[in-house]
Amino acid sequence: MRFTFERRLRQPGWLSLAVPVASVLFAFFVAGIVLLATGHNPLSTYRQLFDAAFLQTGSLNQTLIVATPLAFTGLAAAAAFRMKLFNIGAEGQMYIGAITGAAAGLYLGGNGGSSAFVIAAMVVMGCLGGTAWALIPGVLRAFCKTNEILTSLLLNYVAGLLLTYLIFQSQSYWRETKGFNASVFPTGKELPPSAVWPGWTIHVQGGITLPLGAGFAVAAAVVLWVLYKRTRFGFEAQVLGDSDRAARYSGVRVRRKILAVMALSGAIAGLGGASQVGDFAHSVDGDPNGLQKLGYGYTGIVIAALARYNPYAVVLVAFLMGGLENAGNTLQGANFPAGLVGVIQGIILFSALGGEVLIRHRVRIVRTKRGVAATEPGPAA
Amino acid sequence: MASAVPAVSMVGITKRFPGVIANDQVDFEAASGEVHALLGENGAGKTTLSHILTGLYRADEGTISLHGKPVAFTSPREAIDNGVGMVHQQFRLVSRFTVAENLMLGDRRGAGRHFRIDPGAVDTQVRDLGERYSLGVDPRARIWQLSVGEQQRVEILKALYQEARVLILDEPTAVLTPREADLLFATLRQIAGEGRTVIFISHKLHEVMAVSDRVTVLRAGKALATVQTTDATAQSLATLMVGRDIKPVTREGQARPDSPPVLEVEDLWAEGDRGITAVKGVSLTVRAGEIAAVAGVSGNGQRELAEAITGLRPYTKGSIRVKGKPVRAGDARSAFEAGVGYVPEDRLGTGVAPSLSIAMNLALKSFRNNCRGPFLRLGPMRTNAEHEISTFEIKASGPDQQTDYLSGGNLQKVVIAREFSASPSVLVAGSPTRGLDVSAVEQVHSFLLRAAENGTAVLLISEDLDEILALHDRIFVMYEGGLSEMPPGASVDEIGLRMAGQAAGAPPA
Repeated sequence: MRFTFERRLRQPGWLSLAVPVASVLFAFFVAGIVLLATGHNPLSTYRQLFDAAFLQTGSLNQTLIVATPLAFTGLAAAAAFRMKLFNIGAEGQMYIGAITGAAAGLYLGGNGGSSAFVIAAMVVMGCLGGTAWALIPGVLRAFCKTNEILTSLLLNYVAGLLLTYLIFQSQSYWRETKGFNASVFPTGKELPPSAVWPGWTIHVQGGITLPLGAGFAVAAAVVLWVLYKRTRFGFEAQVLGDSDRAARYSGVRVRRKILAVMALSGAIAGLGGASQVGDFAHSVDGDPNGLQKLGYGYTGIVIAALARYNPYAVVLVAFLMGGLENAGNTLQGANFPAGLVGVIQGIILFSALGGEVLIRHRVRIVRTKRGVAATEPGPAA
Repeated sequence: MASAVPAVSMVGITKRFPGVIANDQVDFEAASGEVHALLGENGAGKTTLSHILTGLYRADEGTISLHGKPVAFTSPREAIDNGVGMVHQQFRLVSRFTVAENLMLGDRRGAGRHFRIDPGAVDTQVRDLGERYSLGVDPRARIWQLSVGEQQRVEILKALYQEARVLILDEPTAVLTPREADLLFATLRQIAGEGRTVIFISHKLHEVMAVSDRVTVLRAGKALATVQTTDATAQSLATLMVGRDIKPVTREGQARPDSPPVLEVEDLWAEGDRGITAVKGVSLTVRAGEIAAVAGVSGNGQRELAEAITGLRPYTKGSIRVKGKPVRAGDARSAFEAGVGYVPEDRLGTGVAPSLSIAMNLALKSFRNNCRGPFLRLGPMRTNAEHEISTFEIKASGPDQQTDYLSGGNLQKVVIAREFSASPSVLVAGSPTRGLDVSAVEQVHSFLLRAAENGTAVLLISEDLDEILALHDRIFVMYEGGLSEMPPGASVDEIGLRMAGQAAGAPPA
């Protein structure tokens, strides 16, 4: 008896939901074995985790703070990866979006613009900043065939150093130069009140604030879905993502398309950066151990992969991942295993990627005796 | 000739793939010292059977023995060690290595066994083998420098170098000129004459008649019969292979000097993928309703010519006009908007986006005209797809089916349906029937004829001389980037010589 993998002739729709869900359950199961082996009770640990992520007072607020930027970076990755453009640079594009978005907020808010106008300007500037940064690898890829994985990845470090430089190593426009605190430790300049993004508060669990950025993320997901499924742009992108030669054959201007998709991906990441400043930090965080340590851009790639590049699924997965990360932060120390969240995330990713094979293939058990295995009916090849 | 114990004996071989039984209880025997042809249409299971014999696939059921000894290969490596060598349709050579290096690769008996490699020793061996079997090739040449015919010789040399006692060749003549094919047959006869077994896979009857001692005919995965070639006729084999009498499409070819010229190509130059000039000063005019057929061994610039005309490849010099209007270099969209349809040679990668739906692939070029603002009109796209699936008799579960799940013939029909429904004034078709079974070939041919009847200028590029002879109005031959027209009524031999660069009599170096 042996197992063989066969390519499925049809991929049932329910599988693309069942496989990720099963992957997540499998990950918790495996992590549970690790917990047992280290002398923890898995059930109570998971209970603790779930409470800290979604149920305790204030936990959802914290979860949203993590989930919002993850949704942006996840959407940025999904937008590009769908077309097989591997933009690993959402991290850096987000920093640049934070810088340009903050510039708009500081300048216009400081000059007394109305709040709606200032916020709109921050959104536009954040998008433009991310786009500009993403177009560097985009142009290199379109015109010089440079591998965008490497260039976009390396530009993340450049963007990170720029962020640190603006706050720590220069007297830039973004740095707070007045006051006692500023003389002790370098910080970013605080946004004027008209540039702070409002939240919408629901009065349950002691008040949950839905940040404006989360709304933008959901809107971005809708736009992305419509764009890819219902428009000419999306049609061309799908063809190009599937086969480069078929795209040229069908008259797609390949270079233009690469630039457009990189710009779109960068804009979403940049908007995430502006939201980071407007919603949460209210200043540019140049600390190398601050924003740069959180690695939202990289987690976003994991989220996009788990969501199989479906924008709606990205938002959902970002929320769940945000919960997991938030719970990990809250529960750190005490008698909670510190590495657990990382372990679970890792196993989820592995099993989700491994599960892909089950979406495309089915497992058949072959007995070596004759005439046992039946084959699925289908068109003759 | 046939000894008591067969060199190869396969009994009750069954191999299933999802949705198909590629081999169904196949019995096959080949003796030492014979050339045994495996004849069948595309998809009849010839290649699968040979892959089972060479350890690439494992049979679901059945047993194999070599010279009376049962074997069960789990890898090609074991097959090679047991003296079974194969020349695949797609060569398995490292293109940056020299001929000698390719032979040493995977060699565990001779020079390749040592840590320090001595190329000199292999060189002499290659020369000796080459002389003995008239397979001359420079052992120091790198594979990418060789012509396709020479690369095939390297593959055969490799099998001989590995001391194969059973040599399998999968459709070896597809890449050869008729003369090169004759030389290959002589070599195969010589190899068999030494007591080795040659298994020759083909779907071309005249080749099978010319070279083999015995023939086993496969149809739809089943072995129908094994006959002595001398007892068979081409007609009897054809009926066995197809299961019915075949009526090949034929047509009275004629030049149409009075029709208006539709496609005019003048002094066209274009580069290949490696940046080497592949199309050298080609001029041709195709008139409305005419089928201009371009013959030639693949790799002589035909694909580049087709791509230059259809805008997939920029040309470096010259001009292309469709109905008098110039077509911009390297702009596929302006080419098809000018009325140039293209059925590309590579149908799965270029002709369709394989993992998208049939409906999307049928709309691959027309979706831009079927939009409301930036939004697609998915409803009409679907209806149109349903309509074309029924008109072109595409066997599919529906417009939403993923395209690469279609069989080769149905996939080609998707391409043809799309290109024809745009009613092109020029249709360029590159090897449109390669790899299709006989009934699909008939259908594709009748589509091409219908296009010509409707006044389309058809440029048919094919390596299959039978196809060219059946459909042509005028015949051209492409050789090393140049195109020349054959006089009306040219014979197969004359065309063959032109395909070999007119090197009459001399064996191609």
